[in-house]
Amino acid sequence: MISVENLTKRYREVTAVENVSFRCEPGTVTGFLGPNGAGKSTTMRMICGLTPPTTGTATVKGVPYRRISNPGRHVGVLLDAAAQHSGRTGRETLALTAQILGVDQKRVGQMLDRVGLSTKAAKRRVGGYSLGMRQRLGIAQALLGDPSVLILDEPANGLDPEGIHWMRSMLRDFADRGGTVLLSSHLLLEVEAVADRFVVIAGGRVAAQGAKDELLTQPTGVVVRALDGAALQSALAQAGLSARPDGQGAFVVDAPAEAVGRAAAATGTVLLELRQASGGGLEELFLSLINPSPADAPTVAAPAPQETLR
Amino acid sequence: MTAITAPAALLEPARPSLVRLTAVELRKMIDTRSSRWLLIIISLVAVAMMPVVLFAVPKQDQTLLEFFTASQVGVSILLPILGILAVTTEWSQRTALTTFTLVPERPRILAAKLIAGSVLGALFACVGLAVALIARTVGELMGRSDGSWSLSPGRFGVTVLLAVVMLFMGIAFGTLFMNSPLAIVLFLVLPIVWSTLGGMISKLKGPAGWLDTNLTLTALTEPGITGEEWARAGTSLAVWMLLPLVIGTIRLIKREVK
Repeated sequence: MISVENLTKRYREVTAVENVSFRCEPGTVTGFLGPNGAGKSTTMRMICGLTPPTTGTATVKGVPYRRISNPGRHVGVLLDAAAQHSGRTGRETLALTAQILGVDQKRVGQMLDRVGLSTKAAKRRVGGYSLGMRQRLGIAQALLGDPSVLILDEPANGLDPEGIHWMRSMLRDFADRGGTVLLSSHLLLEVEAVADRFVVIAGGRVAAQGAKDELLTQPTGVVVRALDGAALQSALAQAGLSARPDGQGAFVVDAPAEAVGRAAAATGTVLLELRQASGGGLEELFLSLINPSPADAPTVAAPAPQETLR
Repeated sequence: MTAITAPAALLEPARPSLVRLTAVELRKMIDTRSSRWLLIIISLVAVAMMPVVLFAVPKQDQTLLEFFTASQVGVSILLPILGILAVTTEWSQRTALTTFTLVPERPRILAAKLIAGSVLGALFACVGLAVALIARTVGELMGRSDGSWSLSPGRFGVTVLLAVVMLFMGIAFGTLFMNSPLAIVLFLVLPIVWSTLGGMISKLKGPAGWLDTNLTLTALTEPGITGEEWARAGTSLAVWMLLPLVIGTIRLIKREVK
């Protein structure tokens, strides 16, 4: 379990993270989404006790990370796959970690197998690894202590499609066995398939968070279609409802279905369709949240208050 | 998978002991190509110095101590560099991210590095003693050496102490600057600047006797160390070793690890 409460990190002039709060429950995979520079890595470093927060607190399994005696046995962390000594072999890198954690050196070989690094690759220096191999090594390192919580920063970076698929099933399996996963990405596509919850961060603030289906069914108005489009348009105008054509003969109206129905009934317009507009897919939501433009603003309802989504 | 437990349970499993951390840091000092070469060169220098003593030092001065002192030349110059690199590569290679994620109590890593370095220093003193014994025996057989065979434990101890002290200075500089080139250059250049200034400016001669490690530590390599010489060495080390170590530790605790 990870709990982040009102985390803020201010550097001299820049506020990197502002008042960020969220929780990751056991058995779930939380996708931590945001464009580059949104504050994802800073937040994760604060969770892991590497960056002191200006204000706010973060706990893992109920205690601040730095209060965990042997953190690697509880929390598997991969913050930057590139941050390995280029002169050490993959196997040596893991052997050192195993020694610090106090786990059996046999686990080194097991984890190398699990992440798909061959014996031959493990004998090579990390300096000669591709980014994808480094990610696999980093994930092996995170799993070495048999943790119940995983914190991974951009783990899919540099992985090939097969690698991304492998990582998804590995994380899904980890969560299904009761583990807690927090993984960040700047690409929604990478985490959409595996995450059950999302925390979207932009400009250092949480733009939206919630379960995947909650975010997807954000009401964005109603779609209404009538036998006579022009009549419907004037009916809506008479009722003072702003409508815009959806390009397929229907109108999208930012009003409750009842108001639209009454407006149509008042003028005797025959409706063919009146329904809640479906969310435009997570991708659209993600893009609108991280990059709000005036044109998009009315189509996406403000995210529901975070408290209700917890 | 570990079960979800109450907060108190996070004291289990226990943190890695200082002995374990020292073993890890020692391993990190010898498991990369660059560090291995540094260790090989230190050993080679010890061996290479033996013929120098055999052929350049007067027969009656070729004592076991002379050979032993010569064997430690590489140690005194290069072991501190190893100490600097042990700290600074954590930042240049960015392994600090893993190191301090696994061990959040950062000063314990520093302590482990200091102890691991001391172990290396002691090890090199033993290697040096072995090399010196062989060289003195060879000198005897060749009829070139006629000096004393005695080497008091006190002498040996002081030599190990000097090696460790120089290494600590290296680690202190590395911790203070957290940057390999800067720490190495300043570590090598500052004493030279100090000695040069101390030699040129008469007003500095007094303080230099207390603050120039070149002078204060050399006094310890000569037979018969007086109380004042210890005091001078201690004072200079407080400035060049202790102070950077303390400031460096504070920096390390406060620094954001990226």
